[in-house]
Amino acid sequence: MSVQLLTYIFVGITFALYIGIAIWSKAQSTNDFYVAGKGVHPIANGMATAADWMSAASFLSMAGLIAFLGKDGSVYLMGWTGGYVLLALLLAPYLRKFGKFTVPDFIGERYYSQFARKVAVLCLIFISFTYIAGQMRGVGIVFSRFLEVDIDTGVIVGMAIVFFYAVLGGMKGITYTQVAQYCVLIFAYLVPAIFISILMTGSAIPQVGFGSTLVDSSTFLLDKLDQVTLELGFTEYTKNTKSTIDIFCITAALMFGTAGLPHVIVRFFTVPNVGDARKSAGYALIFIALLYTTAPAVSAFARMNLIDSIQDQNYTTAPKWFKNWEEIGLIAWKDKNNDGAIRYSSGNALEGIKPSFSEGTGIYGERLLENKTDQTNSNEVYIDRDIIVLANPEIAKLPGWVIALVAAGGLAAALSTAAGLLLVISSSISHDLLKKTYMPHITEKQELRYARLAAAAAIGIAGIFGIYPPAFVAQVVAFAFGLAAATFFPALFLGIFYKRLNKEGAITGMLGGLIFTATYIIYFKFINPSLNSEDYWLMSISPEGIGSIGMLVNFVLATTVSTLTKKPPQQVYDMVDMIRKPS
Amino acid sequence: MDNRNKEYWNSNLKIISMLLLVWFLVSFGFGILFSDFLDQFKIGGFKLGFWFAQQGSIYIFVLLIFIYVFLMKKLDEKATKKIDPD
Repeated sequence: MSVQLLTYIFVGITFALYIGIAIWSKAQSTNDFYVAGKGVHPIANGMATAADWMSAASFLSMAGLIAFLGKDGSVYLMGWTGGYVLLALLLAPYLRKFGKFTVPDFIGERYYSQFARKVAVLCLIFISFTYIAGQMRGVGIVFSRFLEVDIDTGVIVGMAIVFFYAVLGGMKGITYTQVAQYCVLIFAYLVPAIFISILMTGSAIPQVGFGSTLVDSSTFLLDKLDQVTLELGFTEYTKNTKSTIDIFCITAALMFGTAGLPHVIVRFFTVPNVGDARKSAGYALIFIALLYTTAPAVSAFARMNLIDSIQDQNYTTAPKWFKNWEEIGLIAWKDKNNDGAIRYSSGNALEGIKPSFSEGTGIYGERLLENKTDQTNSNEVYIDRDIIVLANPEIAKLPGWVIALVAAGGLAAALSTAAGLLLVISSSISHDLLKKTYMPHITEKQELRYARLAAAAAIGIAGIFGIYPPAFVAQVVAFAFGLAAATFFPALFLGIFYKRLNKEGAITGMLGGLIFTATYIIYFKFINPSLNSEDYWLMSISPEGIGSIGMLVNFVLATTVSTLTKKPPQQVYDMVDMIRKPS
Repeated sequence: MDNRNKEYWNSNLKIISMLLLVWFLVSFGFGILFSDFLDQFKIGGFKLGFWFAQQGSIYIFVLLIFIYVFLMKKLDEKATKKIDPD
């Protein structure tokens, strides 16, 4: 059977499964729709949280990113897991005890202010839409490469599926589909990793194989990789290239950002009690760690395999995957020294980095490029980092069904995250903006109808993002985490641990963190991208890491302003006492 | 807040700070600040600092959450027992 047919079968079966679950778990009330009736078992919630959290970026892009970044890639590994410790210890149990529906709900009530609630809704919508755009790109890549349909059709099919189970089932439908999606995605991630680990190191556990010797040799994989990367002009694989302070700040921004992401926090509102909220964070991290400890192994295997399989190969006899990916424009080859062989080394192959292809093919059959050649180095290959996970099974020559499985896994990761995000957007609109602010007299039934309408509208907008992806998608990911760290984390943390914090302090803090972080990122990413280098950064901190400084700005402003203005009312003290009490 | 609740909250704060200290040490400490220093030691094919940055810190994060779950469960039981004397 062809890989394409297998992919259709796998994707078809998983989609049918998701729809089946949606019909079985239809939401009856707003309680079902927003928080799945607060009856989700902590293990199931752990899996759903893991699927919700692990996006197309974790599944498709992260291992590729680390493969090229080497040790610098550790920021993603520590940053995107360490946040769960903060969630479990500092936020989740208390927010569950608070017992309402959304994150802006907590902020609005704790700071006794409708304005604070609206600021929170605004941040939430911005963060969530930024994120969704990335998921849609993931869906598009998988569809166009493996099912050979256009990206637009792919996005529409994906949207239709999410529409079905998110609008019908709300949080309840999403939770149980996410459990299924977790199983699909983790299976799809581990199978090729285990195969490749056995092929390269003889160990069936990638986490161990990663630190073992290569098959038929006494050299450790990582030592070999260090040696090869150094020879090709890169920094050694296990060495950092970024400055220590920048690595520190990026890791911190990702950790605190994770703990402040509304679509993650809201998952802990769905379990029956406070103890379960703590446990659930632990299970979620186990399920996430399974993928996150495998990913760096996949990265090292992929980098090694990639170099081995293309270096000094003649283009005419190059592996088939190389040409397949060139066909859809994610690999490009420019024969700088006209010898017909592929030379891969450090530096950009092309001026302007990304390839833009012209009509026709060159003498070896390669696609012609409009870019000028970058003559400062001898690298001839452009490889998009997003393809590593998808191409890895082909590079390692694994059977067709493994490749099909990875495609289904990538879709599961993208769809589960998109659904979780759509839900927080729709609930913040129907609950926080309509019910709690502008239309307080609507009945629960009407609120549920508005929630479904808002979900449908959000899916439509996300679909448009997928079909016409804004060019800045990759640029704004830093935004989502930076803003979550600089706005939500301090407001939630201080709300629980510092009773004296009043509404003036909280609002100044959130706005200060928001403005500081947003200005810094917008300046370096959009207004003056040519200055985006270490020489011009504040204390050599990159825009990716600035959220951690934004967070400090928030903390300082919030506490200072609170001390200078009047105490919060007694009911707030009582409320904080209530959420601190043993369950 | 009455005394029992105050006592409960203080024990909770103590547990949290202890665990967060470890959290900081394994990630920001071993994985970043002292990573290069630790790289002179090896476990298997891993340099130790590199291992903490890409593997070890994650395992310890999982462990920390379950230690917290366990300690809080004990603390909760103690606190609720005190409240209902039967």
